[in-house]
Amino acid sequence: MNKVRVATIWLSGCSGCHMSFLDQDEFLLELAKLVHFVYSPLIDVKEFPENVDITIVEGAVGNEEQLELLESARKRTKQLIALGDCAVHGNVTSLRNALKKGDRAVLERAYLELADTTPQLPTDVSPLLKKAYPLNEIVEVDHFIPGCPPPAPLIKYVLTELLAGRKPVMENKAKFG
Amino acid sequence: MAKEITINPVTRIEGHAKVTIFLNDDGSVKDARFQINFFRGFEKFCENRPYYEMPSITSRACGICPVSHLIASAKACDALVSVNVPETAVKLRRLMHMGQIIQSHALSFFYLSFPDLLFGMDADVEKRNIFGLIEKDPEIARNGIKLRKFGQEIIERVAGKRIHSSDWIVPGGVRWPLTKEKGKQIATDLPEAKSIAISTLEKFKKMLSRFDEEIEHLGKFPSNYMGLVTPDGDLEHYDGRLRIIDHQGNMIADSLDPTRYREFIGEAVEPWSYMKFPYYKPLGYPEGSYRVGPLARLNIARRCGTPLADEEINDFRKFGKNGIVESSFLYHYARLIEILYCIERAEEILNDPESYAERVWAKAEVSRSEGIGVAEAPRGTLIHHYKVDENGLVTWVNLIIATGHNNVAFNRAVTEVARKYVEGKKLTEGMLNRVEAVIRAYDPCLSCASHAFDSRGIDFELYDADGRLIDRNIR
Ligand code: SF4
Repeated sequence: MNKVRVATIWLSGCSGCHMSFLDQDEFLLELAKLVHFVYSPLIDVKEFPENVDITIVEGAVGNEEQLELLESARKRTKQLIALGDCAVHGNVTSLRNALKKGDRAVLERAYLELADTTPQLPTDVSPLLKKAYPLNEIVEVDHFIPGCPPPAPLIKYVLTELLAGRKPVMENKAKFG
Repeated sequence: MAKEITINPVTRIEGHAKVTIFLNDDGSVKDARFQINFFRGFEKFCENRPYYEMPSITSRACGICPVSHLIASAKACDALVSVNVPETAVKLRRLMHMGQIIQSHALSFFYLSFPDLLFGMDADVEKRNIFGLIEKDPEIARNGIKLRKFGQEIIERVAGKRIHSSDWIVPGGVRWPLTKEKGKQIATDLPEAKSIAISTLEKFKKMLSRFDEEIEHLGKFPSNYMGLVTPDGDLEHYDGRLRIIDHQGNMIADSLDPTRYREFIGEAVEPWSYMKFPYYKPLGYPEGSYRVGPLARLNIARRCGTPLADEEINDFRKFGKNGIVESSFLYHYARLIEILYCIERAEEILNDPESYAERVWAKAEVSRSEGIGVAEAPRGTLIHHYKVDENGLVTWVNLIIATGHNNVAFNRAVTEVARKYVEGKKLTEGMLNRVEAVIRAYDPCLSCASHAFDSRGIDFELYDADGRLIDRNIR
């Protein structure tokens, strides 16, 4: 049997969604039999591959690198899952959107006002986007799993349904926060 | 004239970073930098929010050590409301924190780093990960999963939820006591966790003879060390005073009041990283830099203070000069000892009838304008510092994150490993994996360190002096 090709991506999140994924505990041993993880922070593949069946995305889109990665992942993936509130609606990551010139404001506070030596804005790093965006403002999303983080049993349910070729029914199963 | 090699992203670490290696004309390594590439800005967007929201917002800095944030944040809030937190609440907060250190260390050891130890640094990229481990040695993979689960379940049983259990911890204590029933559930699972911790240590110690080279060359260098200790100088993760020692074990400073950190800890900024560089002010930057985390904690502590972990720390010290262990690779070892220590401490708390007392929350209003909370997170000293107005709205925030303290050390370790192993003229994947492996040994949590997250997929590339791509190696 051909294994299903699965990728997981961290954008601007806290990794809690990935941790909740790992909270499937012993089920991971089963999952490893059904699924081939082709790209993930947990493995050493450095470039997002072609022909991915399912891509699970944690976090909002916060900088230009992330924007590019999400767009190329979308092109190479059959089904894309927004995992967790940051990916679904922005959550904590998008709190900066409410600030005037939020991208500058957060940087100035941290690197100018709160530095004791050599205060400066880092320049040789990927620029922040003006706002942090939930995934579906950038690309089409096939499945949403809300929660901060979504509980492991819910992640397991969605994966099990998708692996069985069914469409997960989220009604009454998911909630924000 | 610089040629550069980029490793981006560094994988099997928590969060996103890249490494840039600068080459001399002959292809040898001149210098290397560990760079953090993303930033979320908690210090600014927390402003104008009520202080009691801070634990639940700031714990979202990190899904791997959210409990340490909850604790440092709650302690800062305790100071704002200036109450004495009930003893039982302190015990339960400690218990939850033990759970988190167990799960976080288990994640680092089994899920992220062990594949390098089992398969070797040059092994097939496809195999060299947790899923490869599941296939090759399901027993150890299962043990890793169980140990991490044990830690996560402590958090869930005490505080209601595994990740971001922010309803429970509150300024002045915790919202509900520990029931006998939940305590018993943890106690029932504890012996198995303990035996896994012991057997893993045994296995690791046996393996160590194969890793002479890694111990010697994967980031072994003298440095200062910092962390909290108890009043007796023992290992501590929740309270205590800061101690700083030099590379020979001499005391640089002891019994520092962590809430006065601004008097003695400074932070520098470099243009090429979102992660700042803390240092001990009296020694200046960068001389005053130091290492934190499991290795540093075991180096500064007189002893662990629990029977089994105390036996282990004695063995551990044999790997150092004057008992001070310098090898970055041995962070793994220190982590395993801390897991055992936390299991023993958790057992003590569960056996203490006081842990089940009903009074766990001293309710009070804001009465101070400034609060500072400090704890030892899995990766080192974590500082939350808030100022509030008379209505309890936050006006100013500073977070100094555990991983950040090691920033100077990362750069040093990365440079030394690159100089030792990387040859620009005939680059192999395994060379670069060694550079990544030394970073993994520190178990950096970059979602914390940059208060951020970032991701990008790229291979490594080698450019000549004119910026032309001359080698490219896709993993
Ligand atoms: S949804 Fe919550 S758990 Fe997931 S990345 Fe965002 S803050 Fe972290």
